[in-house]
Amino acid sequence: MTQPGTGVGGTTARTVLGADEIARALTRIAHEILEANQGPDDLVLLGIPTRGVHLAQRLADRLGDIAGIDFGPRVGALDVTMHRDDLRGRPTRASQPTRIPADGVDGKTVVLVDDVLYSGRTIRAALDALADLGRPRAVRLAVLVDRGHRELPIRADSVGKNLPSARSEHVSILLDEVDGRDAVTIEDRAQGTPAEGGTA
Amino acid sequence: MKHLLTAAMPRDEAIALLDLAEDMHQIQDREVKKLPALRGRTVVNLFFEDSTRTRSSFEIAGKWLSADVINVSGKGSSVSKGESLRDTGLTIAAMGVDGVVVRSGASGAPALLADWIGRPVVNAGDGTHEHPTQALLDAFALRRRIHGDAARGKGLDGVRIAIVGDIAHSRVARSNALLLPALGAEVTLVGPAAFLPVAAADGTRLGVRAETDLDLVLDEQPDALMLLRVQLERQGGHVAPSPAEYITGWSLTDERLARVPEATLLHPGPMNRGLEISSRAADSDRSTILEQVTAGVSVRMAVLYSLLASDHPSSDNGGAR
Repeated sequence: MTQPGTGVGGTTARTVLGADEIARALTRIAHEILEANQGPDDLVLLGIPTRGVHLAQRLADRLGDIAGIDFGPRVGALDVTMHRDDLRGRPTRASQPTRIPADGVDGKTVVLVDDVLYSGRTIRAALDALADLGRPRAVRLAVLVDRGHRELPIRADSVGKNLPSARSEHVSILLDEVDGRDAVTIEDRAQGTPAEGGTA
Repeated sequence: MKHLLTAAMPRDEAIALLDLAEDMHQIQDREVKKLPALRGRTVVNLFFEDSTRTRSSFEIAGKWLSADVINVSGKGSSVSKGESLRDTGLTIAAMGVDGVVVRSGASGAPALLADWIGRPVVNAGDGTHEHPTQALLDAFALRRRIHGDAARGKGLDGVRIAIVGDIAHSRVARSNALLLPALGAEVTLVGPAAFLPVAAADGTRLGVRAETDLDLVLDEQPDALMLLRVQLERQGGHVAPSPAEYITGWSLTDERLARVPEATLLHPGPMNRGLEISSRAADSDRSTILEQVTAGVSVRMAVLYSLLASDHPSSDNGGAR
């Protein structure tokens, strides 16, 4: 689905995923996670703030429905601010809470969940942050959108949508919990105002 | 924020620092107590006055953020050979350090240093002037006591705090009197008339109330009591009550403790047990004294991170400079 819409900055943006498509993508990712893990045992979901945390919660709900168990206690948030390699080059970043499930991450299969996979630097920081918390048995990566332009050798295990994009384009992930609606939009920065979100 | 020289700061800035300290607090429960945020940065703890607790707290905070931390004390350094504060500061800056934490017996020394050296400066206590990180850690510990894990984003609105003791000589009291009202707390300074600063006693210049009768204040059931150390070494020729008079009028004795069964107790340490606070009060489960020490590391991590992590400070307001 590709249709004109209103971007975050009030400029023209193409909507590349609507609410239904996001829902279907998350359901598919949930099945992929269970299949790759051969069941729900020892799975932990860690969302990367801000939108990754909401996506991790939604995935947990789906995993719970599919596997018939409560995934609530297995969802957390992993803030990567302190582990970023661009702290000096930008204004001081505010960090977000890190919440780790009570059982920790040792020996678990940790699925990192983020909204957009772009340069890969956020995920590199997440791997460092995770190493400070314990030693998972395996780490997987699930993202809603992979827009390319990797600067590090990082690849997602589950992708909601591959979205080839120019660097000048801005991909925005809008989630109901934060933005009041579900959508993935793309706009050209040369024409529109750069929007917040989904620049990871 | 370029420097942290004073606890006078806008509410939103104070809450942002306390929230950041909450994030830093989490790492105390971790196996690896280390964040890489200040890797490659060098911080000098320039302590012209003796201090174990504050210096160690800043040292741990810097190290947990992966900064290289160097401690310079006034004694045995070039300062004791007669070097001026300015020359000492410029020398340290010339060595390429990224930030300076300074404690000095001279009120205003950190502000002068900040103007001279062009690097972030943190005031770790200057004379009888201010001790902003102590006020922040007091606020942090109190906020956690009141709101628990849901403290993030909250102030101390409506919380009634009595600060008791030698207000006039206490930089801790001054910084708290600046910070706590900004967070919404109602502050009452309580002490012998000789220990109350004129500015507080003659009205509301500080936005706080001043009282000399502790028992009257206890009758109002304050939510928190902050007992200050009686600093015999700072009083000079000041007319002060004798220890016996002080205990009678302003000590948190067991009897007074029983009259405020709900109040949270704070003390910046080190304590004179039996003088400003009874042992039972100090060891009671309402005492946050050790929580304050723990909070000190988290708050100082937040301050060092805010000042040193970025080459592009996000804001530069007049309050915290």
